[in-house]
Amino acid sequence: MSSPVITGIGVIAPTGVGVDEHWQAVLAGKLGIARISRFDAAGYPVQLAGEVTGVSVKELLPRRLVPQIDRWTQLAVLAGEYALADAKLNPAELPEYEMAVVTSSSSGGTEFGQNEMTRLYRNGPSHVGAYQSIAWFYAATTGQLSIKHGMRGPCGVLACEQAGGLDALGQVRRLLRREARLVISGGTDASLCPYGVVAQLPIGYLSTSDDPEQAYLPFDADAAGYVPGEGGAIFTVETAESARERGAPNYGAILGYAAGFDPPPGSERPPVLRRTIERAIADAGLLPSDVDVVFADAMGVPDKDLAESQAISAVFGPGAVPVTAPKTLTGRLYGGGAPLDVATALLALRDGIIPHTAGPTELAPGIDIDLVLGQPRPAPLRTALVLARGYGGFTSALVLGAGDRTA
Amino acid sequence: MANFELDDLVRLLASCAGVEEEFDLNNDVLDTEFVDLGYDSLALLEVAGQVSREYGVPMPDNAPEYMLTPRAAIDFINELFAATTAKAV
Repeated sequence: MSSPVITGIGVIAPTGVGVDEHWQAVLAGKLGIARISRFDAAGYPVQLAGEVTGVSVKELLPRRLVPQIDRWTQLAVLAGEYALADAKLNPAELPEYEMAVVTSSSSGGTEFGQNEMTRLYRNGPSHVGAYQSIAWFYAATTGQLSIKHGMRGPCGVLACEQAGGLDALGQVRRLLRREARLVISGGTDASLCPYGVVAQLPIGYLSTSDDPEQAYLPFDADAAGYVPGEGGAIFTVETAESARERGAPNYGAILGYAAGFDPPPGSERPPVLRRTIERAIADAGLLPSDVDVVFADAMGVPDKDLAESQAISAVFGPGAVPVTAPKTLTGRLYGGGAPLDVATALLALRDGIIPHTAGPTELAPGIDIDLVLGQPRPAPLRTALVLARGYGGFTSALVLGAGDRTA
Repeated sequence: MANFELDDLVRLLASCAGVEEEFDLNNDVLDTEFVDLGYDSLALLEVAGQVSREYGVPMPDNAPEYMLTPRAAIDFINELFAATTAKAV
């Protein structure tokens, strides 16, 4: 059976709205990180974020829906529209039980929840809105997409911190083998509210820098954490047969996937990233030498960067495969981060160009990967490996193969 | 106590559940079920909560069951208003 293919991409990210705007910003190294504007962050240790700007999300959505859903769902519903349009798909023409939705979510509807909590403690329980019951929930985005497009197949949500976007696509592949012909997938996140940001502080990974150019420098000697961001990407993923029947070109195929979970702190066992990479490549029926580019997780936390570099070098050999992390332009988008990386990787495969990692200049001691710096690097690309890790041990890897879409 | 009118219902629905682009909530749809107008039970729960907060009239938890159409909702709310006024007298 042929691998499932990605026929449509919808991007809403700090780098832009729509595939073209995002891709041009990535190639130009246009930074989407700035001072937090979604709330007054003056009293918080985190000053910077990657925000979705330049588009009035609420005005582009059905007016009925806007007050019922969190911003994270608003972004996904809009990105879903873009993905379907990009794929030239009309769900009304397809069997409703053969279409499904599987998204990733890291923290659910935190901004919506914070507003309702504020009503609770200021005015009392009777002032909490009824939509709180569904808007905060991890599966809210999947549910709203399913309702909106009449997709009644096996839907779900993956809540795996910042690795969930790849796990969602792994689940999509499973569904497309038997139960569905089309799955809307990917994910977004939008937790740039006090509650959402404060919940991330105890981990100690968020950058406290106030210089957008220096705040998120993965693999660099000056790495000091990461910047939170909002947005992500939504895809239409189809069986190869479904796409062929429609005569639809595709950005690429999901060739391999694997997930693992790190041993507990203090364990003598190594992190699972190396084995997860090896399993994903084996799952794709490939050898490490077949992988043309790696989109790194690139946490920007020194010991995590070193561990990722060691895993990549253990599998491929030191400096043997180009590695990049264009997410330095957006910050880390949680449930939307890996999907945006997948979108960027598919565009790299389409155009035969590896976008560079804007920001880092000098690799930290012990980092021996070939990190693409300074400017995009043209290269014949057939396959890309995307890595994602989430706090606590979530570790996932996805292998993509180039498609036949040209624009 | 003031009567609860269609305009009040429209205002509350718009503020808590959003308005629909395709049609206006007017006298033509007074007897159309909310579900056919695109409003789910959560929207009606919201309206019930708003009525109770704004007018100080407690609404029962199962209020949406009595509010299947705009006319039924308006009648139900007015009956509760009347009962509350009668009790106060």
